[in-house]
Amino acid sequence: MILSAIMFYLFAAVAIASGVMVVTARNPVHSVLFLILAFFNAAGLFVLMGAEFLAMILVIVYVGAVAVLFLFVVMMLDIDFAQLRTGAMKYLWVGLPVGLILFFELLFVFASWVLAPNVSAVVAAPVPTAAGFTNTRALGDLLYTRYIFAFQAAGMILLVAMIGAIVLTLRHRAGTRRQVIADQIARQRGETVEIVKVPIGAGIGAEAAE
Amino acid sequence: MTIGLAHYLAVAAILFTLGIFGIFLNRKNVIIILMSIELMLLAVNINFVAFSTTLHDLVGQVFAMFVLTVAAAEAAIGLAILVVYFRNRGTIRVEDIRMMKG
Repeated sequence: MILSAIMFYLFAAVAIASGVMVVTARNPVHSVLFLILAFFNAAGLFVLMGAEFLAMILVIVYVGAVAVLFLFVVMMLDIDFAQLRTGAMKYLWVGLPVGLILFFELLFVFASWVLAPNVSAVVAAPVPTAAGFTNTRALGDLLYTRYIFAFQAAGMILLVAMIGAIVLTLRHRAGTRRQVIADQIARQRGETVEIVKVPIGAGIGAEAAE
Repeated sequence: MTIGLAHYLAVAAILFTLGIFGIFLNRKNVIIILMSIELMLLAVNINFVAFSTTLHDLVGQVFAMFVLTVAAAEAAIGLAILVVYFRNRGTIRVEDIRMMKG
């Protein structure tokens, strides 16, 4: 119990500290690396809450895909980031009150939050308590039966995102030679093969020159 | 010393606020704005999972997974738009992005 409390405070503190660094770091590469750290610690929080599958998905999807994508883009684009930061202090005095007000509103909402006494009666999908029924298996049981259409829709979203990203960034450079299969198939014998009678002692070059 | 729902909600609230604060602070840099959005979505996910475990209801985790899917798709499309924009204009300053017509 005490260990899980210590782990919670550790994960939460590191996650929040790296969240602060994400928004305040001068170098965007550092921002991305701190974002990775924040996601890692959030995954730790998920494990503490008993959502192991989501924690692993978070590590794979966010650390393995999204954050690396960010890193690629940050390093690929040649941007003067110092120039982008000019005037950041000006917005600090707008952002700080807005953020603080929102934060305290959220805290007040959560502090005064009480669960309804009969809430366990309206639970949509109770967590199975049978022995050997892991979190992953329980999620799969739910996802592939009751939420199968939502699952399919999520797959469609990913497909559309993939096609969209490819279509947006695909670029045909002028001057590169590509194989055009239609042209190859449409070629006729007459266009390509010519039968030439070569006179003895004179080359083809002489024939062509005439 | 027991860690309950309120602790997780507080962490999520702080992360969400940090995301909003980041959008204000880095108003000119689209990449950091996208990262702030990711932070906010992460906070939402923490809320979903916290309620899911407190109420012993798996639907919260299922929904958190869909949020994750949409967040990944959003990051991919957003960064693709960013790359195309940079290629066309040579800058990613938010103030310069005011033309709808390329």
